[in-house]
Amino acid sequence: MTDDTHGEGAGWFAALDPDDPDDPGDQGGPDAAATAITAGSAETPRDWPTLAVEAGFAASTDDYYDRLHDATTAATRRTVRERERADDQQLIHAIRAVDDCERVANELAERATEWAGGLFEEAPAGVAGAREVAARDPSTDAERRAVSLATRAVDLADERDALAAYIERVAPAVAPNLAAMAGAELAARLIALAGGLEPLAKKPSGTVQVLGAEDALFAHLAGRAPSPKHGIIYTHDFVRNTRPEDRGSASRALAGKLTLAARVDHYSGERREAIHEDLRERIATIRARADDAASDGGSADE
Amino acid sequence: MSEDLPAGVERREFDGRSRLATRGEPVYGEPTDGAWRAWDPTRSKLGGMIELGMDTGLVGGETVLYLGAAAGTTVGHVADFAGPTYAVEFAPRPARDLLDVAASRDRLFPLLKDARKPATYAHVVEADVDVVVQDVATRGQADVAVRNARFLADDGRLLLAVKARSEDVTADPAETFDGVLDRLGDAYDVLETCRLDRFHEDHLGVVATPTR
Repeated sequence: MTDDTHGEGAGWFAALDPDDPDDPGDQGGPDAAATAITAGSAETPRDWPTLAVEAGFAASTDDYYDRLHDATTAATRRTVRERERADDQQLIHAIRAVDDCERVANELAERATEWAGGLFEEAPAGVAGAREVAARDPSTDAERRAVSLATRAVDLADERDALAAYIERVAPAVAPNLAAMAGAELAARLIALAGGLEPLAKKPSGTVQVLGAEDALFAHLAGRAPSPKHGIIYTHDFVRNTRPEDRGSASRALAGKLTLAARVDHYSGERREAIHEDLRERIATIRARADDAASDGGSADE
Repeated sequence: MSEDLPAGVERREFDGRSRLATRGEPVYGEPTDGAWRAWDPTRSKLGGMIELGMDTGLVGGETVLYLGAAAGTTVGHVADFAGPTYAVEFAPRPARDLLDVAASRDRLFPLLKDARKPATYAHVVEADVDVVVQDVATRGQADVAVRNARFLADDGRLLLAVKARSEDVTADPAETFDGVLDRLGDAYDVLETCRLDRFHEDHLGVVATPTR
């Protein structure tokens, strides 16, 4: 290799050792080649295939293209994986931060409104009360502290809303089917409970059904309680707004489709309309049982 | 309509209909006939341009830079009949499918890059390619084409599909197209234009060659 092929304006192969392309510990290994593709740059293209053969990087143009195919494929695969992994991790941080902000905002708001209650006229408890207190004009040192504390509580509540809006935007990109089926927040919670989209996609539906109900599950396994019917998916309308005796069926059906949705999202990433229709149909069937029971009860009364 | 299909592209019968086809591994479950697979002009702007009889100048075996490869539906067909094909795509998710398309095509090179920044891939894509195919749905489609003119051989062709709604959803597409063609004039001589509405609503197909 001659020196003029190095540095700015050189081809991706310039700093790679051509002799041992399959040794990952070597300068010319697939990792180094992928990094050269990803991180390199040049202002102007040149006749890279010919230059690579002249520089001894490749034996022939065909050999060059084979190496280029391996390097571009490895580089793209690596970057795709990194970005996708990063995205579900952002979602996990964001949903945990939502819970932290909400909890601390409520605690601080409680403290601030209680304090302000002794200084001004009574304000309602909670974040709404803190907003009233924060808007006041303090005149004493104590009032200044109480108003300032209320302002922090309100800021945290606003941050919680901003985080929730961020989750609404990001969840459909990370997991389009899961977010469409569960809503952005529940999708993020399921991903967070599983530790990522990939681990969620690999869980059986029965585990997804009770994610977030670990205490109840272990009490059941220890023989102290009945098996939990649902975990965090209880917050979904399909479970919550189904009558109690049918909630087991509803949460089983929902968990089954959520699992499918997570798998489609992880392995294909395309929106698959059929699983959403299947679930709506199944829930309609389960809820129709209540209507049947009502009409049966009616006829029995007669 | 006189047909000058590139070598490696043929019309073949699929379910009694004559359709464009190339030889290669199926990509998304399209109909196949032996080694041939149907090229759907409603899923592919370039397929639409060929189906509408535009003079693309494609002969088969050329070196191609494809901007906006997405999941690889069209670029897979291009790699089937062309030579070395560089496929630039910006979004990681479709690029995952593009990797599957590239796995069975050893002269298709996937690049996860931003087509608005050619310097980030000029160290990989060779000079003097025969064809630049562009199908990017961002604002400033003409700018992208102008910036990538550096890769084209003097007698090379730009095959561009302009999406009016990516430039301005409210404007009349015809006015948007005029603006795009005007900007293209900075680096290209436009040889032919054709509305692709039969297959792709509010799209304009453009064949151009670099001004030198």
